[in-house]
Amino acid sequence: MLQAVQIVISGAAQGCIYGLIALGLVLIYKTTETVSFAHGELMMLGAFAGLGLMTLAGFPFWIAFLATVLAMGVFGIALERVVIRPILGQPAFTLVMLTIGIGYVARGLVTMIPGIGTETHTLPVPYKDQTWNVGALVLNVEQMVVIVATAILCAVLYAMFRYTRVGVAMQASSQNQLAAYYMGIPVRRLNGLVWGLAAAVAAVAGLLLAPITFVYANMGIIGLKAIPAAVVGGFGSLPGAIVGGLVIGIVEAASGFYLPEGFKDIAPYVVVLLMLVIRPNGIFGEKLRKKV
Amino acid sequence: MRFLFKTSYLQDIRLARHGGHVFWYGLLVLAMLAAPWVVSEYWLAQLTFILIYSVVGLGLMLLSGFTGLFSLGHAAFLGVGAYTEAALVGAGLPFPLAMAAAGLVSAAVGVVVGLPALRVKGIYLAIATIAFGFIVVEVFARWESVTGGNAGKHVKPPELLGWSADSDLSFYFLCLVVAVVATLAILNLLRSPTGRAFVAIRDSEVSAQSLGIHLARYKTLSFAISAALAGVGGALYAHKLKFISPDQFDILQSIDLVLMIVVGGVGSVHGAFLGAIFLITMPQVIALAKDFLPPVVGQAPGLQGTVYGLVLIGFVLFEPLGLYGRWLKLRTYFQIFPFYRKGMFKRQKSFLKSDRLK
Repeated sequence: MLQAVQIVISGAAQGCIYGLIALGLVLIYKTTETVSFAHGELMMLGAFAGLGLMTLAGFPFWIAFLATVLAMGVFGIALERVVIRPILGQPAFTLVMLTIGIGYVARGLVTMIPGIGTETHTLPVPYKDQTWNVGALVLNVEQMVVIVATAILCAVLYAMFRYTRVGVAMQASSQNQLAAYYMGIPVRRLNGLVWGLAAAVAAVAGLLLAPITFVYANMGIIGLKAIPAAVVGGFGSLPGAIVGGLVIGIVEAASGFYLPEGFKDIAPYVVVLLMLVIRPNGIFGEKLRKKV
Repeated sequence: MRFLFKTSYLQDIRLARHGGHVFWYGLLVLAMLAAPWVVSEYWLAQLTFILIYSVVGLGLMLLSGFTGLFSLGHAAFLGVGAYTEAALVGAGLPFPLAMAAAGLVSAAVGVVVGLPALRVKGIYLAIATIAFGFIVVEVFARWESVTGGNAGKHVKPPELLGWSADSDLSFYFLCLVVAVVATLAILNLLRSPTGRAFVAIRDSEVSAQSLGIHLARYKTLSFAISAALAGVGGALYAHKLKFISPDQFDILQSIDLVLMIVVGGVGSVHGAFLGAIFLITMPQVIALAKDFLPPVVGQAPGLQGTVYGLVLIGFVLFEPLGLYGRWLKLRTYFQIFPFYRKGMFKRQKSFLKSDRLK
């Protein structure tokens, strides 16, 4: 029983990371109706930026954290402006190829940084390697931080989408871009902002993940597991992304413990295939049909 | 300038449209036949790889370029074909049978993947194929009695009635024959009602359905043919490398395959070949360029990935029709010489095509 709780908690922590990346994917999907395959790499860039600020520049944790998130937000906006916007309106697969290309470039460039890119690093965070003992439970502080931070971030995002002008505008433009445009909402600028927001969330995910794993150039591979999370939650649903992430994370942790070796790595993909067969629209997805 | 006056329908669907086609493709065939005695052994091996990748590319082109279904897990079919071939040739089957079996097993797997894929479309299909690709690679790694697991598996040379294609020369001709047969098969398919149905599905599912095209059947068929070609390509790939292991068929290989058809030109048979040439020669070009670059850049391990990414971004942004599109533009420029306009091949601005209801 105790063991099961431990597994669920560590799975949930990992799932929060998936959920945060999936959140970015869903945001992008809602504006441009495509899946960004570069999102794992954005997370990796965020982790490296944080690492650079903390170790090379010597900033304290909190300042480095905020600076990284801001910088990645700006980077996301710039990325949208330079490469994404010219091909908006093209078939979804064009953008998929484009983001795959961006991912390759990001990974390649980071690997090319001499002395840093090919190594694995640890991110020096204040809560490194601490544990809390609650009764008989041993809680890893790094994992608890992930869960709490995800909860806070979700609350902030919820408040933003619910109460701010820009949040409501984003909702409107995600529901119907043309109508939003007619209402005077600057849809293009909003798309840029959404990419910035998605990149910032990815940076948070990277900074949260870094203490648990390490910082290395290929850590973006985890982005491929966030895609199942987004599908399970229903692409296009923000709460769904987090729930999907939790489902994937917990299933993964449980199958790693209870099933034979090898199942852990493919568990997310088995789940997503089952989901696509049984309920292609995900847990929270709306049932929509294309009409002529 | 050449004017084609079409006087019958048969003329319209003829494979060689005019004398120029006959001449140039005849010349190409002669060049390919003479290649082993002209080029060095190293480049012969590269040429063999180009032919193998072209076969796989043709399959993926049929699926993505002509049916409009996207697969980011095609390396899995390549792997299924490769392992089937390795197992059957290892059991002593002659290679034509083994290769046919590799194609059929891949096609069967393709149908299995295709079936759930029918319920989902667009981006979901790509996700389903990625998931499938990961699962298949894990199966390769764990099913040790057949695949040899992560340690890999040796593949015997192809044999038929005591004759064995174990030299580079004979294997090159084997690949050439397979590639030519595959190309003709695809060209024939594309001018048949089935091929037209595929293209109709690509252009608009709704209108294809209204014209009486059974979407599920044709999509599954497309998946099956595409997977079969990938399987045959995989069989040749296994023989060429003589050693296969699961990590040769992972997501990176799948992305390479997609890169190949995007760079070659989605929606053209030529594109599969041009893409294969690009995919095989690119690493050589990068290796050559390394000597001219400062060592910080030239010796960096990430160089190849960066270049691939930049090429992909470049093609998506500036040359969406791929290498074949570039050739088409050049040809049109000279054909209609003074009258070429800049906007002739311009991508049409379209509104965001929405899969959503509202």
